[in-house]
Amino acid sequence: MKHTISVLVENEFGVLARVSGLFSGRGFNIESLSVAPTLDPDTSRMTIVTRGDDRILEQITKQLNKLISTIKVVDFTDEEYVERELALIKVTAESDSRAEVLRIVDIFRAKVVDVTPKSYTVEMTGAPAKIDAVLTLLTPMGIKEVVRSGPVVIGRGSKGVAN
Amino acid sequence: MKLTGSQILLESLRLEGVETVFGYPGGAVINIYDDLYDSPIKHILTRHEQAAVHAADGYARTTGKVGVVIATSGPGATNTVTGIATAYMDSIPMVIITGQVPTALIGNDAFQEADICGITRPCTKHNFLVQDLRDLPRMIKEAFFIARTGRPGPVLIDLPKDIQVASMKFNYPETVKMRGYKPTLDGDERQIGKAAQMLLKAKRPVLYVGGGASLANVDPELLKLAELLQVPVTTTLMAMAAFPGKHPLALGMLGMHGTYFANMSVTECDLLVAIGARFDDRVTGRIDAFAKKAKIIQFDIDPSSIHKIVRVDLPVVGDLKSVLTSLLNQLAGQPADIAQHLDQTTAWRMEIDRWKAKHPMGYKASKSVIKPQYVIEKLSELSDEDVIITTEVGQHQMWTAQFFNFRQPRTFLTSGGLGTMGYGLPAALGAQVAFPNRQVIDISGDGSFQMNSQELATLVQYRLPVKIAILNNNFLGMVRQWQQLFFDKRYSQTCMELPIDFVKLAEAYGATGLSTDKVDDVEAMIKKAFEINGPVLMEFKVSREENVIPMVPAGKGIHEMVLAS
Repeated sequence: MKHTISVLVENEFGVLARVSGLFSGRGFNIESLSVAPTLDPDTSRMTIVTRGDDRILEQITKQLNKLISTIKVVDFTDEEYVERELALIKVTAESDSRAEVLRIVDIFRAKVVDVTPKSYTVEMTGAPAKIDAVLTLLTPMGIKEVVRSGPVVIGRGSKGVAN
Repeated sequence: MKLTGSQILLESLRLEGVETVFGYPGGAVINIYDDLYDSPIKHILTRHEQAAVHAADGYARTTGKVGVVIATSGPGATNTVTGIATAYMDSIPMVIITGQVPTALIGNDAFQEADICGITRPCTKHNFLVQDLRDLPRMIKEAFFIARTGRPGPVLIDLPKDIQVASMKFNYPETVKMRGYKPTLDGDERQIGKAAQMLLKAKRPVLYVGGGASLANVDPELLKLAELLQVPVTTTLMAMAAFPGKHPLALGMLGMHGTYFANMSVTECDLLVAIGARFDDRVTGRIDAFAKKAKIIQFDIDPSSIHKIVRVDLPVVGDLKSVLTSLLNQLAGQPADIAQHLDQTTAWRMEIDRWKAKHPMGYKASKSVIKPQYVIEKLSELSDEDVIITTEVGQHQMWTAQFFNFRQPRTFLTSGGLGTMGYGLPAALGAQVAFPNRQVIDISGDGSFQMNSQELATLVQYRLPVKIAILNNNFLGMVRQWQQLFFDKRYSQTCMELPIDFVKLAEAYGATGLSTDKVDDVEAMIKKAFEINGPVLMEFKVSREENVIPMVPAGKGIHEMVLAS
């Protein structure tokens, strides 16, 4: 089962390697990982998407907590949360397809952030499933390149990770 | 007054109560060694960095203090890795200081550069690269705190050369503040209360005690608990010395080479109480056959040990000293229930006695050839009450666990988790440094011994009267045993075809060497070795194809033992 975990860590030398090394060393799976500092520059927040049964997830959470650099671990799976991912999609846009690309962009409330005579670069934010959907629709036009950030999540309402 | 980085390091070590360090100099730590020259800290120069780490490990296991190592950058640092991984697997408190190339050169493939923080990340509890001298005192303080608290473990500090040379005003912090590290100390009282009730209700209980009990010094509480409720006790390899071997409630070791009665007790019990034990695969055998009739209680300081391998019915996370004390307090208020418990468990103890009578630990004695088990029995019989035993890894290690009668806590040093050949001699060295006046014996095999035999030099140099007992069968015996049983006796690369003259080897280093292949000489040779005030290597040429039994074949439940070779 898919789990999305937020990890607050000390923003210090080697911390990303500690977390990623923990996953590879213990055979845990990482589907995506995104990380950036929080409002407190001494703290970073990671969002990790992983898969596993309850036993594995319990180990992942406990092993993450065991790292000295880890301040807090929250598994959002059973919580209400907002999940967003950013994708930049460079899609072929020649005379016959330019209008169709724009229509799709419009429907998904994405936006075009770079234009050339032969391509559009589309910026799209949304739940990962939404991004999958837009990619499916744009594929026939000819996607030249895609970059996805991996999702970040935040709890709804008062639910949070704040330290 | 300003101090340099290396002076700050040594002063901090002194403030942490460090009296002895083990190490090996080199270019990237030459400043530290220059300051050591004038320092009250005693330095033991081993002949290999791996041995320095094992020695510090032996020092830590016997004293309970944090063992300290200094090694240089690059190869010095990488040589420490096996020692660090050994300590990590067995949760031994240690601080390893490695030199590093100057910060400006890091990442440039400089001479003797290795990314030791990267290399040791998975085998240390934590590690630090010092990038700014101002962080050094805090990092040392944190390193010692992390190493000795919670589930102990090794911590590495990588100290670049330019930081050793830089100077600043020194203040050692008095407290540590780490947002991410707050080990749980007291167990949950309600959970402990439930554990007490489960124990009192059990009809067939067993205590399964692991290395955590040794680390937490809970041998008195353990003895009290076992005797109060008359619960049989089985110990893992790591905990052989945590419970007196000849106690009527002692079942000895469980698992792959455990006793028949320990393995049967665990298989048939209705309550298994794990105390500082982590359900290692060598203990459990086939996991779905392990204690399957039992409810399981687990006491452990490390939350990640809970439910890792076996789903337990009642976990209690906390420091064992606090948890067991609280458990005993709760039980003390229930004398009627205890009387009832003793009554309802009589049949269980009788059943265990029948198992003990049916298959006691033993071996086929011989008058013509030295049996390795016989040597262990004699060492056990003739050694001092507070003797410290170390082993290497293999058959001799298992025979020691099976046939040596351990009498006091912190007297059995063995690489249980990683299974590191070459551990025993340097660990004995470290133990002898810690306790110059106690008997220290490294029980070894001929294969393992050759992995760190250079440490004979260190023993002689520092006049450390360690006794070494090599059970020489000219084989890598444990692998040979597997090849015999599971690979149709195809002894691939397990015969040590070159016979070593161990007596000459000892003498080359200035130690005493003794050797025998006669059963009748064993006792006299051991006595003679014990009388010599200096390091002595005893070689016992033992029966070559002796097997360690009982043995649970891979993939079998621990009740499915092979009982005869």
